[in-house]
Amino acid sequence: MLSRVASNIYWMARYLERAEGVARLINVNSNLLLDLPKGISPKWGQLVSITGADELYSQEADDSDRDGRQALKILITDEKSPVSLVTSIVNARENARTVRDVMPREVWEAINSLFIFAKDGSAQALGKRGRYQFLSDVIEQCQTISGILAGTMNRDAGYMFLEMGRLIERADMTSRIIDTRSANLLPNDHEMDEESPALLEAVKRRTYDSLQWMSVLKSLTGYQMYRLEMQVRIQRQEVLKFLMQSTVFPRSITRCMLEIEATLEILENGERALLVINRLKRQLDHANFTKLKQTELQHFVDQLQVGFSQLHDELGYAYFGQIQDAKQTQAAG
Amino acid sequence: MGIDWKKYTYPDLYDELIDANGKPRTIAEPLARQLANMDPEDLIRLKQTAELAIKEMGVSFTVYDAEGGSIDRQWPFDILPRIMGSREWTVVDKGLKQRAKALNMFIDDLYHDQRIIKDKVFPKEVIAKSKNFRKQCIGMNPAHGIWAHICGSDLVRHSDGNIYVLEDNLRVPSGVSYMLENRQVMKRVFADLFSEYSILPVDDYPSQLFDTLAALSPRPAAYPQVVVMTPGIYNSAYFEHSYLAQQMGCELVQGSDLIVDDDDCVYMKTIDGLERVDVIYRRVDDLFLDPEVFDKTSMLGVPGLMRAWLAGNVALANAPGAGVADDKVVYAFVPDMIKYYLSEEPILPNVPTYLCMRDDECKYVLENLEKLVVKPANESGGYGLLVGPQSTKKEREAFAKLIKADPRNFIAQPTLNLSTIPTLFDGKPEPRHVDMRPFILSSDQIHVTTGGLTRVALTKGSLVVNSSQGGGSKDTWIIDEESI
Repeated sequence: MLSRVASNIYWMARYLERAEGVARLINVNSNLLLDLPKGISPKWGQLVSITGADELYSQEADDSDRDGRQALKILITDEKSPVSLVTSIVNARENARTVRDVMPREVWEAINSLFIFAKDGSAQALGKRGRYQFLSDVIEQCQTISGILAGTMNRDAGYMFLEMGRLIERADMTSRIIDTRSANLLPNDHEMDEESPALLEAVKRRTYDSLQWMSVLKSLTGYQMYRLEMQVRIQRQEVLKFLMQSTVFPRSITRCMLEIEATLEILENGERALLVINRLKRQLDHANFTKLKQTELQHFVDQLQVGFSQLHDELGYAYFGQIQDAKQTQAAG
Repeated sequence: MGIDWKKYTYPDLYDELIDANGKPRTIAEPLARQLANMDPEDLIRLKQTAELAIKEMGVSFTVYDAEGGSIDRQWPFDILPRIMGSREWTVVDKGLKQRAKALNMFIDDLYHDQRIIKDKVFPKEVIAKSKNFRKQCIGMNPAHGIWAHICGSDLVRHSDGNIYVLEDNLRVPSGVSYMLENRQVMKRVFADLFSEYSILPVDDYPSQLFDTLAALSPRPAAYPQVVVMTPGIYNSAYFEHSYLAQQMGCELVQGSDLIVDDDDCVYMKTIDGLERVDVIYRRVDDLFLDPEVFDKTSMLGVPGLMRAWLAGNVALANAPGAGVADDKVVYAFVPDMIKYYLSEEPILPNVPTYLCMRDDECKYVLENLEKLVVKPANESGGYGLLVGPQSTKKEREAFAKLIKADPRNFIAQPTLNLSTIPTLFDGKPEPRHVDMRPFILSSDQIHVTTGGLTRVALTKGSLVVNSSQGGGSKDTWIIDEESI
């Protein structure tokens, strides 16, 4: 298989997963905002910064952007924004165009319809009313494409690069969604109303806390799977364990790493990438989420994201040669 | 019910299927019988089915829009086939093989002793001024002495009923994928008609093409590494490049996928490292092939490719420099070449051609511009033509200036009354002009496609059949006549 073709398939899968991930990210944030207690104003800027597009969204914009319209433009409709949903879909389609001859025809047609749907319909997602429906539709169409690919493509090298692209992006997105949750954490104790009775505050906080983690799980379609697997009520360290360390949940970071590892063991020349995987697995394994406080958690997630980026680079050196396209950017860590 | 062919006729033109009295020709009788049972609505429905099939099959070509972007456009297709009898086709097939043979001998001669020039059959100044003569190729000996492995020759039928060769495309002729897909579409939508005829198949082209290319390999092997090289997705023929690669089971590569190593061999970059390439079916023009030798700014080529080719480590099809015979002035000499190299009489006639490089012929051309079609020697795709009878005085004056400034670069031909063929508009057949492009494959053997790509000018009265300028296409049927 040509390096360029492998690279295009890999990027096509990444962009598709990224489009789905951004849709999930926005959905989870919208839901979290609805759960926020009165008087705390939502911060859309943090969402933009989590996707790595800070330079597009200044502090002033954040202050004046109460309804998030600015931020949502960057995240959904703006074709100049490298992180927007529409940009990801356009890029997925461009990559698919050059590898049409190695994929079943239906895949191209499905990607093409997603492209047309997103171009025509993305504007309605800027307002509150149409947003949920549009994003859910995008997620559904992305999953349809994954389904066609899974059901029709030969399990050859091409499919392995498709899988690896999808899995790296998925692990990265799960880590970013955890970041979103951290960013929207309630203010620390000393910022709370000092007049309120401490006990009441504590109860309130616990309730909001678990509500918000539930939202995170739901946005990853992981609520039921969490219940099945963890068999405990929703609480911070358990949800983090599930999303980071589960070996069975398909969107958990560990699970993604295990699947990439299995693929790399079949392909030749994957030794250096495997080293990165093993380090990531160790980091995930050793994490103790009860002990990790908020800032430490953020730091831990940052470390993981640096690891994903290294993994990507190793794949580039091993398989894609120098022709790895500089324009296709890894979302900044 | 059905079609009144009496109303169809068009004065002074030869129609492929209907004779001057409004009666279907013998080969068209089964088709006419089928159509007699159909309403215009049925035909409109069939046409829609065909369009849907084309969309589903993803048959497209790329056109460039005004803003410099490009869009994939669907392939315009007419469901009434062009039908030709096998007896007539056998003659055409022979004529095309003869032509391809002579053209290849001519190119080989030009890059070696130039005997044809020394024997004064072909004028030296034509080569001196040729845009497509590549001095880098002098002395090169490609496998089997063949330079133009894939040749697309355009045929037209004049109102005298005879078939003429209009031009030979020896650089990177395209269209063959549409010929193959047209047959697929017809099988899907007009299956009834296939039972009325015994139609010779066309689908063996990809395997013949592979055999033709494999025979050029510098390393003997049952399956040499053959690749198709494309300029990329923005090329108007990208669909065809990817289609042929897929059909032959070859990699579709771009220049950036290939490198020439210190051993002067060509390798492609794969996920398992570098892999040697034996034969490149290149759909990139000469001048973009190798930035070390030709256009230095070319991003489409491979540095060192010419070095590897000249060292005999890789075969290129068509060979660089083959385009020297793809010149409308050279065209005028093809009948002479056939006599000179093969000592045979040409089987297929050329369209009478006036060379502006000859003073007396130039004078005639300038005096008769309104009757002639004037063509620049080195353009393709139907660009830069003057169609005399449809031109304005101003256009003729502008062309006269161009001709006087560079007579070598122009030829003129009488305006041909291209034959017409019934083509559906709103479910009713109307006559439209057609040509046909068969493809000739040459290496250790010569193959000619059974029929070719029939292109039809969809605009009433228009003679321009190029798809980039509003042309459409039809399936081309060569019928086993003994079976009618």
